Amino acid sequence: MNTSMTTKYLQIQGVAQTFKTAKGDFPALRHINLTVSKGEFVTLIGHSGCGKSTLLNLIAGLTMPTEGNLICANREIAGPGPERAVVFQNHSLLPWLTCFENVYLGVERVFGQSGVVDGKPKEDKAQLTLRTHAALEMVSLSHAAFKRPGEISGGMKQRVGIARALAMEPQVLLMDEPFGALDALTRAKLQDELLAIVANTQSTVVMVTHDVDEAVLLSDKIVMMTNGPAATIGEVLHVDLPRPRSRVTLADDPAYLHYRKAVIDFLYTRQAHVEKH
Amino acid sequence: MPTFLKNLSSHVVPPFMGLALLVGIWSLVSITSTNNFPTPTDTFWQAVDVFSNPFYSNGPNDQGVGWNVWSSLKRVALGFGLAALVGIPLGFLIGRFDFLSRMFNPLISLLRPVSPLAWLPIGLLVFKGANPAAIWTIFICSIWPMVINTAVGVQRVPQDYMNVARVLNLSEWKVVTKILFPAVLPYMLTGVRLAVGTAWLVIVAAEMLTGGVGIGFWVWDEWNNLNVKNIIIAIFVIGVVGLVLEFALIKLATAFTFEEVQS
Repeated sequence: MNTSMTTKYLQIQGVAQTFKTAKGDFPALRHINLTVSKGEFVTLIGHSGCGKSTLLNLIAGLTMPTEGNLICANREIAGPGPERAVVFQNHSLLPWLTCFENVYLGVERVFGQSGVVDGKPKEDKAQLTLRTHAALEMVSLSHAAFKRPGEISGGMKQRVGIARALAMEPQVLLMDEPFGALDALTRAKLQDELLAIVANTQSTVVMVTHDVDEAVLLSDKIVMMTNGPAATIGEVLHVDLPRPRSRVTLADDPAYLHYRKAVIDFLYTRQAHVEKH
Repeated sequence: MPTFLKNLSSHVVPPFMGLALLVGIWSLVSITSTNNFPTPTDTFWQAVDVFSNPFYSNGPNDQGVGWNVWSSLKRVALGFGLAALVGIPLGFLIGRFDFLSRMFNPLISLLRPVSPLAWLPIGLLVFKGANPAAIWTIFICSIWPMVINTAVGVQRVPQDYMNVARVLNLSEWKVVTKILFPAVLPYMLTGVRLAVGTAWLVIVAAEMLTGGVGIGFWVWDEWNNLNVKNIIIAIFVIGVVGLVLEFALIKLATAFTFEEVQS
């Protein structure tokens, strides 16, 4: 693998996104330029309506940009694919399938008979089952494998969503406010789990958040976005804290507090949110 | 024991009072009526007589109530089954493809308000027989709720689920079996329930016109015999069968509805 592919693993070049609405064109994003290296953890932060999720959907390939292009592993992103797994904001588990079946659906597609695997031999049912259980084990949910999403808590559902994404061994993990709907304690626990998992798998992660502490704790790079409409990247902050990180020791680390203040300054002084009605 | 009595008085007593009111009004009508309207007691003994031998058969025009109900149910099942076979796939297609939706919606809007009995002559003409014509009428009346509900269900599949399908890059077969079908099933079952309800209403009217063996024909035949007691019995039988069908389909629908429990 050449260096340009590792340091410029994901490239976003001059991307703009305009939505057609009944009231005319709505410019959501403009002039987005961003490069993400392989194995990097990047968070997108900004006030609501700044187009964070729009940008994530573009990387996922769920929508196409009006202008510019997105390149992943030297290939233009032309649509969604299992190499860029998404953890959705509202978990999006299928309520009629058990947790196991929800995860298995993705595993089967990537590694099973119907999967598109370049160079790798296709796996049989026993191997796929093993993979699925391993993914649930990773998020400590083995005990709930055969429960339906309706029977487990919000935090557990979100963990199944993460397991589904991780089980596909994606090159890029895209997360849209994955912990947004959870209480503070559950959120902290899942953040720690995510840190451990990412350290293990060396995944490239792009995560949308509106939580400053979450951004500083998890990221190598914080992408701060200006307010919409026609939002763009205001500033990119490199977080140079050693890993593994612990929320307890970081809590009064001067470097951590410095990064935290930089993000808060950007969000609440320079991009003070104006409520529009 | 007080809770037991409380339950008894709040759940058992009201339905019995409703029933008593009905029987009371009926007795009043039969006492004041001058044209031999049967009393509840007479009708009850007649019902005991009718139900003591529900499956006798003295030729095509004189059969037990069991056979009549059975023939009507067979027609409903056949007409409804054919309608489901055509209507549910059609609903899926209309829901999935905008072009088909725009193509069929005007036709459905035009034909749906038409009383199904208006189609009976067309059925008689085309199929040249009373029985297939009745089945045809049931087919027409039960197809609309199934087409419309299935199509609405497909259109309302949450975008999130479709995004999951796109991200996982699922095959069209998996999308249909793992996402579309389970998501649409509750809507479809509502359509089925409405269709069966309508079909059971329509079969009585259709059989009055076509004759043969069937609960609707039985009502008309007993009217010609001026046997009002049997007509009243038939009304109860029709009601009970309709109630059982409805109840069974509601049970079926709840078994296949996955409510998302919000945490």
